[in-house]
Amino acid sequence: MSTDLKTAIFKIFRGDRHGGELKEYDVPIVPGMVVLDALHYVQGHAAPDLAVRWNCKAGKCGSCSAEVNGKPRLTCKTRLDDLPLAEPVTVQPMKSFPVIKDLVTDVSWNYRVNRKIPPFSAPANVEWKMDQRDVDRVQEFRKCIECFLCQNVCHVLRDHSKQEQFGGPRFFVRVAGLEMHPLDNVSRTPLLKNELGIGYCNITKCCTEVCPEGIHITDNAIIPLKERVIDDYYDPVRWFLRKLKGNKNGA
Amino acid sequence: MNEKFETHEHDVLIIGAGGAGLRAAIEALGQGASVAVVCKSLLGKAHTVMAEGGIAAAMANVDAADDWRMHFRDTMRGGKFLNNWRMAQIHAQEAPDRVRELEQWGALFDRTSSGDILQRAFGGHTYKRLCHVGDRTGLEMIRTLQDRGVHLGIDVYMECAVTRLLKDGDRIAGAFAYWRETGRFVVFKAKSVVMATGGIGKAWRITSNSWEYTGDGMALAYNAGAELIDMEFVQFHPTGMVWPPGVQGILVTEAVRGEGGILRNKQGERFMERYDPEKMELSTRDVVARAIYTEVREGRGTEHGGAYLDISHKPAEYVKRKLPSMYHQFRELADVDITQGPMEVGPTCHYMMGGIRVDAETAQATVPGLFAAGEAAAGLHGANRLGGNSLSDLLVFGKRAGTAAAEHAKRAAPVEIDGGDVEKATREMLEPFERAGGDSPYQIHRELEELMQNYVGIFRNEEDLEKGLVALDQLKQRAARVKVNGSRLFNPGWHLARDLKAMLTVSEAVALSARERKESRGAHSRIDHPNYDDTWAKQNNVIVRDGDRMKLKQSPIAEMPPDLREIVEH
Repeated sequence: MSTDLKTAIFKIFRGDRHGGELKEYDVPIVPGMVVLDALHYVQGHAAPDLAVRWNCKAGKCGSCSAEVNGKPRLTCKTRLDDLPLAEPVTVQPMKSFPVIKDLVTDVSWNYRVNRKIPPFSAPANVEWKMDQRDVDRVQEFRKCIECFLCQNVCHVLRDHSKQEQFGGPRFFVRVAGLEMHPLDNVSRTPLLKNELGIGYCNITKCCTEVCPEGIHITDNAIIPLKERVIDDYYDPVRWFLRKLKGNKNGA
Repeated sequence: MNEKFETHEHDVLIIGAGGAGLRAAIEALGQGASVAVVCKSLLGKAHTVMAEGGIAAAMANVDAADDWRMHFRDTMRGGKFLNNWRMAQIHAQEAPDRVRELEQWGALFDRTSSGDILQRAFGGHTYKRLCHVGDRTGLEMIRTLQDRGVHLGIDVYMECAVTRLLKDGDRIAGAFAYWRETGRFVVFKAKSVVMATGGIGKAWRITSNSWEYTGDGMALAYNAGAELIDMEFVQFHPTGMVWPPGVQGILVTEAVRGEGGILRNKQGERFMERYDPEKMELSTRDVVARAIYTEVREGRGTEHGGAYLDISHKPAEYVKRKLPSMYHQFRELADVDITQGPMEVGPTCHYMMGGIRVDAETAQATVPGLFAAGEAAAGLHGANRLGGNSLSDLLVFGKRAGTAAAEHAKRAAPVEIDGGDVEKATREMLEPFERAGGDSPYQIHRELEELMQNYVGIFRNEEDLEKGLVALDQLKQRAARVKVNGSRLFNPGWHLARDLKAMLTVSEAVALSARERKESRGAHSRIDHPNYDDTWAKQNNVIVRDGDRMKLKQSPIAEMPPDLREIVEH
């Protein structure tokens, strides 16, 4: 254990889909250092084959997600001076996604979910004028950097593995961004109810807590979308109208 | 050699999934071509995502007097007239339509009080011209293009890296690549290939660029026989973070100055008064970067060797709304509240003006079937790029490259892949595992960054460039013998061994061109030749492969037609 605090000890998961273990590395501490810097140090000096995803190193691209001391974090924004360095720092891959190698996980499922969402579509001949207040509301959702930390902590995915029935917080945020776009005219409530299974979410807010962009995922995206689904499917007047028209999509 | 590989055939192969690559893909698909996009990272993580300040387009939503002529004039003046004037004209004329198109695909820009797209001031732009989304314009752009492309049916090969272009005679026939996840090899057969691979910032120690920026497209094109031009023009952005060390080089958007940020030295002087009293903080990037560098060198720098950039005179709520990611970046990484006090900033390697030589109308390189757009291509920005002109460049020339690549694929005769070339490419990739000794690729990379920072930086002279070229040659020898450990599964060291080759090739092109241009112009500053030179005003440096040697020649700049000359002179 380091006592002089000039070096930190890192325990990093090394392994692949067949299994692995935590391996220990000493890393010299530099002022302002973040966990990603430490991972780069290990790559450059001790383990050149250590697999890590990263791009911007400035919290803008959402590539470097991992679990630091068991907490889901962007490693580029996790400073060493915020961690108890008297103990080793553990860095492990996101638990909800299959490991490819070391800290790199298979997140391709997210890209498949995204394909199910009907894109933005505006009415023909619309005038492209919008009020900043309407835009502000949607820009919150468009801040998402797709780090998938919300997907990683969502218990519907993490503990119950409902990947086939459930879209996860990231894609509720995306749908909210489309549904609340001032000029969009597509309804995605059938998708939310059926393919993205929004009903599975019981608003524990784990996703909101880990969002590095501070998006109010539960309050501003998921709850309003749940209300839309309820209005469309469980409102007795709408339910009756749908019965009359013979709509099979109804509840 | 019995190494197995998979083969995919497409009409158009696009290398790179940033703004230029995705815009090209959308367009080529619209032309009926089958399109593949290959990218080193996951989709949506390309460098475009980091663009902050905005897209330059003369929409005249805020300043009614703006029009394409003014944008053209600013671009040419900013580029010190070394620009390909036809590209600058097309860019200024088409940028507004490309922005409107993005909006119609779902991008949400900040608005004016009358509900139009809001535009902000930026360095070198006469009018308020940058369409923006706070300070995360690039994210909005890449997400919009990504979702559009995916829904139209582009095949995306994520975390797949191209190591060599394949040719059929003198024509492009495809590319050789490997999957990073498995280390297995892939051959893409395609009549058209579009390079949308971005720049080369990772060859410098202090840079705003990500690991992907290793000059791949330029090196691949060069090795396939294409010409590179203007390679001496490397943009150092004036404002990168300087403290703490771990964040050195991370970009501080020019929008801070666009929104009224003021630069001061440690004595509290607003030093831009001495360098550009007219435009002050909104002077062009080459001027501001040299000003900060000079202040520091002459002993007027801040504690950590930079300048102070202050926006705290603006209301805190305004700063948080218009510069949200800067606010968070400084609070979280540097313990600085930018609404209360100044940031410390200094120059950081940011952008490559030079690159693959292309035709202005079609974005075609000098090899049939090869196209290039965005930072990988050269010409639009001349000797210095204006902020905001990069995102518009991606859209305007991405679209044009996509159209031309699809048309070329329709017309061109079928291509054949040469099995011998595939075998050579395979062997090249496997050799580093088989070597007994040799340096780690990380060691060579550290030395390269140091070398380029010290000898081919903001201020240059003959002696340094000479030393740099000698050192590059030695590094090249060592890089040819690097040793890679571990397996082929997602192995960053192995990947770096391959990226190093590209970085060394492009670095040599930069140093050679910089030594040759014995004058100072735009981003290229020679201490030993501090003035403009009339001969160099009329020619571009051109790099081309001659067997195993890199050859440098000059190419005259075409005369500007009188109607355009009229615009830039008045």
